[in-house]
Amino acid sequence: MVDRIPILKMGKYLLLSIQVDMHDQLALDLQEDLTEQIVRHRAKGVLIDISSLEIVDSFIGRMLSHIANVSRILDAKVIVVGMQPAVAITLVELGLSLEGIATALNIEKGMRWLENSVNEDEIAGEPESDEDTDAPSETGN
Amino acid sequence: MSVSQLAELLKQNEEQILDKWLSAQRAAGIRFDLIDERNVQDNSRDLLKAVIMALAQDADDFDAPAWKPLKAQLERLSRTQARQGFSASETATFVFSLKEPLFELIQNQSQYDNRVDLVWLVNKLVDKLGLFSVEYYMAGREAVIREQQESLLELSTPVVQLWDGVLAVPLIGALDSNRTQIVMESLLQKIVETESDIAIIDITGVPTVDTMVAQHLLKTITAAKLMGARCIISGIRPQIAATIVHLGVELGDVVTKSSLADAFKLSLKELNVRLVGNAR
Amino acid sequence: MTKTQTLPLKQETDIVIIRQRVRKAAEEARLGLVSQTKIVTAASEIARNALIYGGGGQCLIELANRDGRAAVRLVIADQGPGIADIERALVDGYTSGSGLGLGLSGSRRLVDEFDLKSQPGAGTTVELWKWK
Repeated sequence: MVDRIPILKMGKYLLLSIQVDMHDQLALDLQEDLTEQIVRHRAKGVLIDISSLEIVDSFIGRMLSHIANVSRILDAKVIVVGMQPAVAITLVELGLSLEGIATALNIEKGMRWLENSVNEDEIAGEPESDEDTDAPSETGN
Repeated sequence: MSVSQLAELLKQNEEQILDKWLSAQRAAGIRFDLIDERNVQDNSRDLLKAVIMALAQDADDFDAPAWKPLKAQLERLSRTQARQGFSASETATFVFSLKEPLFELIQNQSQYDNRVDLVWLVNKLVDKLGLFSVEYYMAGREAVIREQQESLLELSTPVVQLWDGVLAVPLIGALDSNRTQIVMESLLQKIVETESDIAIIDITGVPTVDTMVAQHLLKTITAAKLMGARCIISGIRPQIAATIVHLGVELGDVVTKSSLADAFKLSLKELNVRLVGNAR
Repeated sequence: MTKTQTLPLKQETDIVIIRQRVRKAAEEARLGLVSQTKIVTAASEIARNALIYGGGGQCLIELANRDGRAAVRLVIADQGPGIADIERALVDGYTSGSGLGLGLSGSRRLVDEFDLKSQPGAGTTVELWKWK
């Protein structure tokens, strides 16, 4: 079995795609790894692709909520993309609605949402001196 | 024992019984628009053979394994007839018309002194077979009805694309839990296929909404949200609005519009699409 | 696949195996995708409960028949402390642990039949049915 889920860094964002049937320890490790990487890379956004997940039970649901909450405190936006219809129906029936987690249909739409909301934040805030303000960042930190 | 006696008698006169049975069926009327002569003959011959086989094993209890092949054959036959559009009595007549030739045959065996027993046995046997065939016929009909219901459900829930990124489901007629569930599934599936951000559920044509249906609609909306799409409900008629409030169903932050047109306009606005008239 | 199989439930990774086997059984019973997902999710929830609160046990998976419809039947049993107040355990939000308390009540909504038997000190057995 896989013992770690890879987290990719792309500019200001972290991307991860869950493609295995996760056992609970794997979910807990992922939670920890992600928190650590958000801090290390000063990530502004996290995109989690769950399009290959065949089920989301309350444990994985709780993990997603936890990641969203921790990320919010660390000032990173989180978006979950690609949930399958059958998974969504089952989650609703189970009684989980993942309140407060942003969602998008696919990676493309998710990325666009992340870029928009991160840009909005930057425009709304003080003009930042040490970070690029006009062009999309290619260099990262 | 009279069972084995009967088996022997039937075996010796198989061809003759078959002929008479076929003419009895013809006299009762065969639906040649549904089945051809050849098939009737084959079915009759196979069934008669199976009856003789079962009797030859000296089993007068119809639950005995000896009767299994006969029952299976009867089941296949009756189910097929149910599908082909035969009526229940036509299916039963096929079996019951076997009585006459058998009675006649026994009648002519003046060397037996237990003819009454044999007639009674044949009577019991054919009645039982008749009942089985009707039962299997009913089961076949029920299966047909179930299939039709399912395909009707699928037909009655079209999901259409109004614009790039906007889907609509115009719901028409009474909604029950079953149908609402199917709408829910096909809508969500279509959202994924077309990558649509917005889905409009139009209930203009829905006469009433009960708690269960309202719950199902809400669940659909929540599930769509989990997938990353938004739903708009349009065409809520005044009585339904009153019902929803009366039932205490919490619509939460669900967007509602009075007409499909308004919902569509809102969708376009959210997608940053502007419609421009032709300047002349 | 045989019609019945019994899988151990001793460690976390067993839950993953149970999920995969239940999925296979559900496919074999020709359940729809949504029904498959529901029974697999319910199995995951109940198995985790049995492992965490019941100290492990086993899971029986059976390809069954319900009034002529193909069905999947699961029996998940543990030898743990059992549940004292079953009524309360089946209410949304009730939990004796740190979870959201949706395991039992939520799973019940995911299946067609749900039967929970438990006695303090004598373990818990949950039977789940999902049919076509």
